[in-house]
Amino acid sequence: MVILAVVIAIIPLILVVWDVVSQGLPAITLNFFTHNPPSPCSQSQIATGSAMCWGGILNGIEGSLLMVGMATLIAVPVGIGAGIYFSEWPESRLSFLSSFTNDVLAEFPTITIGLFIFVLIVETTRTFSAVAGATSLAIIMLPIVARTTEESLKLVPTTLREASMALGIPRWKTIFRIVISTGRSGLATGILLAIARAAGETAPLVVTAGYLNFPPTGLFQPTASIPYIIYNFGTGGDYANWTTTAWGAALSLVVFMLILNLSVKFFIGRKFAGVRAEI
Amino acid sequence: MTEPRSLSGVQPKFETKGLKAGFRSNWVLKGIDLKIPPNKVTAVMGPSGCGKTTFVRCLNRLHELTPGAVVEGEALLDGENIYDKNADPVAVRRRIGMVFQKPNPFPTMSIYHNVVAGLTLNGERDRKKLDHAAEQSLRGAYLWDEVKDKLTNSGASLSGGQQQRLCIARALAVEPEVLLMDEPCSALDPTATAKIEELIAQLKRDYTIIIVTHNLQQASRVSDYTAFFYLGKLIEYDETATLFENPKEELTERYITGKFG
Amino acid sequence: MTASPKGNRGSRSKGDLVLKVVVGAAAVGVIAILVGLGIELTSGSWLSIKTFGLGFITGSTWDPYHDIFNVFPFILGTLITSAIALLLGLPIGLGVAIFLSERAGRTRGLGAALGSLVELLAAVPSVIYGLWGLLVLVPIMREYIEPTLKTYLGFTQLFNAAPFGLDLLTAGVVLTIMIIPTISAVSRDVLNAVPNSQREAMYSLGATDWEVTRKAVLPYARSGIFGATILGLGRAVGETMAVTFVVGNATAIPTSIISPGYTLTSLIVNQFGTTTDPLSDAALVEVGLVLFMLALVINFFARLLVWRMTRSTRFRV
Repeated sequence: MVILAVVIAIIPLILVVWDVVSQGLPAITLNFFTHNPPSPCSQSQIATGSAMCWGGILNGIEGSLLMVGMATLIAVPVGIGAGIYFSEWPESRLSFLSSFTNDVLAEFPTITIGLFIFVLIVETTRTFSAVAGATSLAIIMLPIVARTTEESLKLVPTTLREASMALGIPRWKTIFRIVISTGRSGLATGILLAIARAAGETAPLVVTAGYLNFPPTGLFQPTASIPYIIYNFGTGGDYANWTTTAWGAALSLVVFMLILNLSVKFFIGRKFAGVRAEI
Repeated sequence: MTEPRSLSGVQPKFETKGLKAGFRSNWVLKGIDLKIPPNKVTAVMGPSGCGKTTFVRCLNRLHELTPGAVVEGEALLDGENIYDKNADPVAVRRRIGMVFQKPNPFPTMSIYHNVVAGLTLNGERDRKKLDHAAEQSLRGAYLWDEVKDKLTNSGASLSGGQQQRLCIARALAVEPEVLLMDEPCSALDPTATAKIEELIAQLKRDYTIIIVTHNLQQASRVSDYTAFFYLGKLIEYDETATLFENPKEELTERYITGKFG
Repeated sequence: MTASPKGNRGSRSKGDLVLKVVVGAAAVGVIAILVGLGIELTSGSWLSIKTFGLGFITGSTWDPYHDIFNVFPFILGTLITSAIALLLGLPIGLGVAIFLSERAGRTRGLGAALGSLVELLAAVPSVIYGLWGLLVLVPIMREYIEPTLKTYLGFTQLFNAAPFGLDLLTAGVVLTIMIIPTISAVSRDVLNAVPNSQREAMYSLGATDWEVTRKAVLPYARSGIFGATILGLGRAVGETMAVTFVVGNATAIPTSIISPGYTLTSLIVNQFGTTTDPLSDAALVEVGLVLFMLALVINFFARLLVWRMTRSTRFRV
């Protein structure tokens, strides 16, 4: 009977992947990645082969790269820092409180995080912006990085720390050169997972970055993103070329996720396959 | 507490006065006064929970790294209290080397880098000095011939006994004065154990060695002096031969004859 | 002469202090974010709080043109869709967890592969579920499932509406798919934490697999599974994009579960930018504030339950 549950659980995944691939593949051409989205066209207009009915997701690619990139630059140092604190000073009350808060933040509705940045940045700067979008993504990424950092560092055996300190190496060097070095594949995994999460987030971007039909024009200008394209062109009305664009964007996003997740498996696999020595 | 007759008048390398240690007012060590002679092997033994490991971890100020740990009393290295308010624990630990119960080479480093870790992580960059220190230490640990052609291999690629000798080499590379060994052979097979015991006999020419062991035969084979701990107190301390053949305390005698422990 | 716990513990290196301060600041930053969230959401919705007071939550009119913003219909929408998701998602998620924890091999073979697949469910971004929901699921609901439901169950008010497919039920179904990985992952951790001695005791009494699960494992894990459910609820309440595509976007109180509606989350996304006067902005932020408080309560409560059972802070979502 439980097998039934498993089968039911997996069916949607198979269906979704199937549909994304079958509906999205027709849209994938080189032009898809080098052009901006098309205007809405009816079936008859598309049939004429008019150039304005074809397009791609260039604006979304560049926008996502920009915002996820900036978010990573913010979230990774802070997240690793917090993770180090949770792991190396676990007995402090700050550690307990912050770690708990971190876990709560990790599962927060992302739309509220978007609204937070909306009030904080968008309302003060009076514009949707890439900076606002990136900040909201950074807040979403932070708990993931902090949590995986904490877990990876806690896996490093205490005896290694003690061996290092017994050699007369100060604590901070022990943490950086021994502990982090030993746990580094876990850290890398966390960063990749966080990037994957940020790349797929839509709701916060709707209220912080807005949308633009062109590649980013400025850090404090509305900025497109791939998930927003899926949202915009998926719900924008019953235009065949818009629907295709949305599926194509969905497929691109799924493939990107796949690459990231495979990289994670690669890192974890490496960890267990033995470590290559450095000299 | 009387000290061994042969040690009267000898300037101790390490001397503890009223050394107490424990966790959050639960004292494991209840006041130890012990004088450790230089260039000899002193064994610290006793049943589980007697405080022998805690004692040794106080000597290189490792005990206090555990959250909740407390230490009281004095420990004098060459007459200077390492627990003085102005003492730098890091500097103290550079003068004292430690080998742990289970070999713990750094997994992300090669054999070479493991050995010189104490030097490189403290800023030494001179390649010649490092090479020299590596070879010296590996020779001193009886490991050079076995690894000289594979210095770039991972430290974890060695057998258990070799790893432990690697850890000994690593400790020797920083040129400590004292070597603390916490049951260094308990995770090793008899052959590896024999090699390390042979090594200890050589090392004492240049280092003061304190070895924790629960293995009575090992203590009698390897050490010059033996201190018997029980429930956090120092029960008896004498030349090894004397303590084993003619223990003065009843507790010691019962432990040696296997009546408990 | 005492090495004080707070004194020159461990080391006096300046580097230690710098490191501790820097990473400690990062830890403080995490707390600051949560606190900042609360503060900014409150300040951003102040205009709306002043204008509507408690009526914001109890009133049923959402009319941008006349500047009236009340959200009771959307609270209802959130409750209904989440309830559907839990009703359907709990048995499935729990079933998967039981399979992975009690039946299948832990690290190899079919069991592990299936486990990975279920985890992959969680990796798909919600916007893609939304797109699929709109373009694939909605037609199915509209053509087959909902008319059937209306025919057989239409006598209850619950199923008495015109089935267009874009409604709370469809949203609930999509939400189900999204919370299955949450419930199954946490439940699996909880079930794994049940000591083997419990199972062995039951087996030795001659019980079958299912009896062991039902009588020994599940009761023991009860509070943890409850916690997993609450976490799933939290996920359902907070989910935005998947719901937005399929929920129908109607601002009136839904009369049945196959009526169109809104949830708190999809309301924000859909209504954003439709008008730009300060009151409507403040109202939308206040919806966010309501969500914030809901999420806090649900999260705290769930965490307490699961923590107690597994003594672990690892939650994979």
